[in-house]
Amino acid sequence: MEQPPYLYPDYVGTRLRAPKEPLIILPKTLSDVTGPVYGHHRPGELDNDLTRQHEGEPQGQKIIVHGRVLDGDGRPVRNTLVEIWQANAAGRYRHKVDQHPAPIDPNFSGAGRTMTDDDGYYRFITIKPGAYPWQNHYNAWRPAHIHFSLFGRAFRSRLVTQMYFPGDPLFFQDPIFNSVRDEKARQRMISTFDLDATIPEEALGFRFDIVLEGRYATPFERPHA
Amino acid sequence: MTEEKVQELRLTPSQTVGPYLSLGLLREDWSELVSPDHPQAIRIEGTLYDGAGDPVTDGLVEIWQAAPSGRYDHPADDREDLPLEEGFHGFGRSGTVDEGRFSFVTLKPGPVPGPEGTTQAPHIMVAVFARGLLKQLITRIYFEDEAEANAEDPVLRSIADERLRETLIARKEGENRYRFDIRLQGEGQTAFFKLSE
Repeated sequence: MEQPPYLYPDYVGTRLRAPKEPLIILPKTLSDVTGPVYGHHRPGELDNDLTRQHEGEPQGQKIIVHGRVLDGDGRPVRNTLVEIWQANAAGRYRHKVDQHPAPIDPNFSGAGRTMTDDDGYYRFITIKPGAYPWQNHYNAWRPAHIHFSLFGRAFRSRLVTQMYFPGDPLFFQDPIFNSVRDEKARQRMISTFDLDATIPEEALGFRFDIVLEGRYATPFERPHA
Repeated sequence: MTEEKVQELRLTPSQTVGPYLSLGLLREDWSELVSPDHPQAIRIEGTLYDGAGDPVTDGLVEIWQAAPSGRYDHPADDREDLPLEEGFHGFGRSGTVDEGRFSFVTLKPGPVPGPEGTTQAPHIMVAVFARGLLKQLITRIYFEDEAEANAEDPVLRSIADERLRETLIARKEGENRYRFDIRLQGEGQTAFFKLSE
């Protein structure tokens, strides 16, 4: 209920991709309580500002997206890689597969990354993505969203999700958003408007805290004597 | 009940990477975990297929593994008597844009501890992402030429269905080359795991 199922037929793409064989329970071992630690892929200085990656300024509403990455006990996940990608203000991805007849913005690539600080805090400057149509069902539109990719401390805490915007009128008809059946869980994918993060006369602020699996910040008990 | 009270937070749900994942996740090629010139380098290649048997061209395969000594480059693995390999961290990422094909150049991992004093055969953790997958699928790569260790591996032994078990074994295709195809659904579906709490 809190995580989406693999098979959610309303989202047509799951029908040929969800496994049918039952999942095999994998005991917790060093293989999944460890995971990539991102000290060796430092993002560039401007990688967290998607509005400054080209000569000119991108079209659209400039926004701040910020928040904290936490584990299940509320502890900050420090020094972890956060990767994002998104459509431009017109709802178009800079990707050859996206043939939606909305304009490409020559000043917007739509990808960013950063590392969390010692409080698990991250911050991006970007453009509010537009909604866009897709072929899932008649008159289907994706609510505006930003894709987020996170590692956390271990293979088992790896998460890819989408951040949505408060009050979007398209939620009710979107099978990807609604694949999370628990309403409270769905709410956790929606950012909140944040006046404190808003830069007057420049950019609206949105807050998005992310909670990853993991309660093993204390030294892991050796599984063998 | 007298335990220190921690603030328990609910997890953020997963959502699909969607069809445009290469924008955010394939900006650099992270498919070579070591130089192909490394004397012990191995290459693992495969194709990601959907339930119709068609290649998935908008997928992503990530791997995580131990060093040849069996130690993970991670603070939770404090077995400092086992050496790590200079410059080798154990994480790789390959897109499947080219007709569903992915590939990695890496080192063969060593055996690692399993539950209750057992030893796990050399293996690589695999996460599969794609449009149409609302969360990643987890599988493992084992090696055909580790038959003895595989026979003792607690995870392989827990899989009763031999056909499913066999889907986890990378086939040797030549000197230092292995094939590991991933089938999401249908005939010959790969065995996928749920991580226990």
